[in-house]
Amino acid sequence: MRSSILRRLLMVVITIVAGGLVSATLVRCAPGFGADERQLDSRLSNDTINAIQTSHADERNIVRFFFASVCKTLRGDFGVSRSLNRPVRQLLQERAAVTAALAGKGLALSWLAAALMIFASRFVPTPALGISVTLLSGALLCLPAGVLALLAILFNQPAYLVIALIVYPKVHRYLSNMVEAVRGMPHILTARAKGASESRVFLWHVVPVIKRDVLALAGVSIGIAISASIPVEALCGIPGIGQLSWQAAMGRDLPLLNNVAMLVIGCVVLANSGADLLGEEPRQSS
Amino acid sequence: MNRRSFSLFVCLVLIGFLNTAVCWDELRFYLRSEPKTFNPLAVADDSSETVRYLTGGVLLRLNRETQKLEPGLASSWTVSKDGRTITFTLRPAIFFSDGTPFTAQDVKYTMDQLMDPELRSPTGDSFRSDNGKVNCTVLAPDKVAIHFPAPIAGLDRLFDQVAILSSQSPKKEMAVLGPYYVSDYKPGSLVYLRKNSNYWKHDSSGRQLPYISAIKLEIQSNRDLEMLKFSRGEIQLINALDAEYFDRLATSSPALVHDGGASLDSEQMWFNQVGTAPIPAYKRTWFTSRNFRRAISSAVNRNDLCRVVYNGHARPAFGPVSPANRFWFNSRLQPIPFNQKAALRLLQLDGFQLSAGKLRDREGHAVEFSIITNAGNRARERMAIMIQQDLVAIGITVNVVTLDFPSLIQRITQDFNYEAALLGLVNDDLDPDGQMNVWLSSSETHQWNPKQKTPATAWEADLDRLMRVQASSMDNQTRKKYFDKVQEIVADQAPFIYLVNKNALTAISPSVEGAKPVVLRPQTYWNIEYLKLAVERASNGK
Amino acid sequence: MKRLRLAAAILACVLVLISVAGSFVPRFDYARQDREHVGSRPSSGHWLGTDDLGRDRFARLLQGTRISILLAPSAAVVSMLLAFAIGAVPGFAGGFAERAAVTAIDLVLSIPWLFLLLIVRAMLPLNTSPAASVTITFLVLGLLGWAAPARILLARARSVRQAEFIILARSTGIAPYRLLYRHVIPNLRPILLAQFWISVPIFILSEANLSILGLGVAEPLPSLGSLLRELETVLSLRADICRFAPLVMLVVIVSSLQIAVSGREVPS
Repeated sequence: MRSSILRRLLMVVITIVAGGLVSATLVRCAPGFGADERQLDSRLSNDTINAIQTSHADERNIVRFFFASVCKTLRGDFGVSRSLNRPVRQLLQERAAVTAALAGKGLALSWLAAALMIFASRFVPTPALGISVTLLSGALLCLPAGVLALLAILFNQPAYLVIALIVYPKVHRYLSNMVEAVRGMPHILTARAKGASESRVFLWHVVPVIKRDVLALAGVSIGIAISASIPVEALCGIPGIGQLSWQAAMGRDLPLLNNVAMLVIGCVVLANSGADLLGEEPRQSS
Repeated sequence: MNRRSFSLFVCLVLIGFLNTAVCWDELRFYLRSEPKTFNPLAVADDSSETVRYLTGGVLLRLNRETQKLEPGLASSWTVSKDGRTITFTLRPAIFFSDGTPFTAQDVKYTMDQLMDPELRSPTGDSFRSDNGKVNCTVLAPDKVAIHFPAPIAGLDRLFDQVAILSSQSPKKEMAVLGPYYVSDYKPGSLVYLRKNSNYWKHDSSGRQLPYISAIKLEIQSNRDLEMLKFSRGEIQLINALDAEYFDRLATSSPALVHDGGASLDSEQMWFNQVGTAPIPAYKRTWFTSRNFRRAISSAVNRNDLCRVVYNGHARPAFGPVSPANRFWFNSRLQPIPFNQKAALRLLQLDGFQLSAGKLRDREGHAVEFSIITNAGNRARERMAIMIQQDLVAIGITVNVVTLDFPSLIQRITQDFNYEAALLGLVNDDLDPDGQMNVWLSSSETHQWNPKQKTPATAWEADLDRLMRVQASSMDNQTRKKYFDKVQEIVADQAPFIYLVNKNALTAISPSVEGAKPVVLRPQTYWNIEYLKLAVERASNGK
Repeated sequence: MKRLRLAAAILACVLVLISVAGSFVPRFDYARQDREHVGSRPSSGHWLGTDDLGRDRFARLLQGTRISILLAPSAAVVSMLLAFAIGAVPGFAGGFAERAAVTAIDLVLSIPWLFLLLIVRAMLPLNTSPAASVTITFLVLGLLGWAAPARILLARARSVRQAEFIILARSTGIAPYRLLYRHVIPNLRPILLAQFWISVPIFILSEANLSILGLGVAEPLPSLGSLLRELETVLSLRADICRFAPLVMLVVIVSSLQIAVSGREVPS
């Protein structure tokens, strides 16, 4: 078990570093890198504009920049954001808790709603409910995040509700298919034939079978919630990591994007690895 | 509870009440992005400029209503005949927000900081007339002279943008001479300004200004949210309103919105005329042809653009200067009428032929080009689509491509990998000197063909000469003569196809008194010291 | 339930056929701007009224549906195939292949692909035709959208690998491809189908969001996603129900198809 955890931690670190390098390379190679809207300012002299254009010189060699950045990060220096002129560490510290709370609440609410819908479908298995649930999930999937955010603003609802509405239909769709797939299995039929109640069948015979899939889904849904936080924070004006990463992306702010990318990669990888670890069957010793 | 405790309790309640009462006297509006700096000399973005305007004390202030210069921290000033030296006489007994006294030394310190090339300040660059050094001499504790290496036309008005810093205060740029100071800053969330109790200005009755005690600037880029909050009374100003939102608010509350008429800003498109641009040679031939550009200009229905995209809150533009710029606008310029037949005749002069609904050049290439504009600006996207439709009528295929801003900037300033672009020009400066870098062919911001070693065309050489001549003259009437000629050349050659001048649209809550919205920025709070909130009027018993 | 599924299938097919056929009818010109009737209500000339540039909403709805409903499912199939190949197969194989797949999937899930899309846009000529642009966009979405379902498929495949019936099947000497086809895929089908139904509307919306990068459908060609983006402003919340027609169309088609195939997801 210990070696499994250590191996996983090592893979997490390798994945974060590799992911960070790939992200930094993508940013560096993307069009608009080094472009600054001040270059369109007709008040600026040619010399100033040239100085602005060459100010990204230390970021041109991406490999050197990335590894220098990682070494500095290990010493606690996360660099300075170009677009906001503030230390990246400070920005992340201010905003990480906001996004964590937003995504966390949204995720919890979406899973709760999905679980409730599945329970309701099992205990009230009418076509009308089934169709309503399908239509609801379908409608939520088809609504742009911008519209959901706008409705939340209009009706003074919290932003985490928007995250929940974005994540819920995906979670529900997978979960209901997983549960449906198990329904016809021989051991379920046997349990029912022996007179087990619906709730007992569900908790003792369905959940153990789909446990691993559910944990995998849980890990993936964390990534979905973090991704959903970007448009929601940007649209609702919430000062979280999502809004920060969008601003950094639009500004090609490499120091900031580098750190945000590694933070997000770390969260996603840890979530998925944790889900895998929890879903592992305990090994039997001989 | 004993008597002492009870008295303390009552005091605390009263203090709490008073603090709450102070919060009522708070002006609230939105900043559309995070301010990048609180150093007033390094300001280059709108949000930082807002904070600078509200907190910075300036030697001279441009009255946005009369468009005339007024004394500020300087009670008087003189500009030498050669336009190289300006001398200020400073007001006595003025203090920074932290109590540090204001002297001529602070002006010298500010100018030294401003002219540091490492600062990369747009304001500083406005003063760079030549390669020499700017010398600031303290003649007396209340008198300072600033000498420039070359004449600068309209020198005095540039000081409207220079907020004076303290050379002595430990608070550095946070010690200010303006009506407000930054009392709190929550990154990503808000900037809170409080009244500067050391502010030098008083009203006619001797009461210290400003009237409003605090300003809350929340950071919010979502315009829908801004409009919703304004409708609910949670914010009291919207400084630049889009036309659609204007009409929406006007339907429910017409008294809240103001259309100030044409602003200084314009929307225009231009063709890429860069010789080394990675576009086919035959397309470069089209774009460098005056007839082609004028034909496109004739084929675009500007009235429809104003009516459909801006709901009538814009007017067709034909030149580089908006009619809102009363003195510098060349009223003799003839508008280009919408006439697609005339457009085709112009194209025929260059050998283009329309056949089977497709326009082809003399070599048989079908006329097709792309227009790039920045994504997220709905008005520009819609204008590009309407231009696309207008040009279909004369057989031209236009591809509209919306790009994120950095990609767009890279294409038009570095790669030159584009064919036509549609963007806007934000104009804060009435004086044509502010557009010098647009018209000089050697400039980086001579958008259609920047950084020319020598002017590529005779008319661009004329533009260079005329702009330099007008900049060296100190007489505005003489300057106007030259700049009128610049406008005529630009209208004739159409390097920029001007489309519309947007109107200055604002929204002001009825609780704000004394507001007089104008077209110059900042449209709604340019007279911030004199604004009052209705609750304050009630508390004064007026 | 069977009748309900049949009705849903017929409804979905009818809507798709109407949009495909209708978009070829000359009367329904999606690009023509009737500038005298901008933002108008439904009338005999414009059955769903006009948009902010005076273009017929009904025509744009037909054209947009045709484009999105044909391309989004194709992209969803691509992402499903990739998810199967990169998630399920290594998950079933186990060992190094599984570990490598886990790492690759986690990487792909968390990298900001926005910049890859920017690079794709930069490589395309500016005069790319609207049809080519939208096709490339959906293809890219399909190529990038496999990671999340791959993760879930991998977990499922791992469970299936250890199931008794697989051990029994292996002991009979069954060929690997037959094992995969007869025993593994049926157990993964619920997840594959869930992924498909989720991907279709997500790709439709994502295509519209990519217009900020210069990808996606180019004007004047509409897509369902671009029509839905018009709802993203408070100004759209007027008493003008026709603005919601694209949303209703998409929800009805997707939900009908989901209902039509529900109940076939359980392996026999």
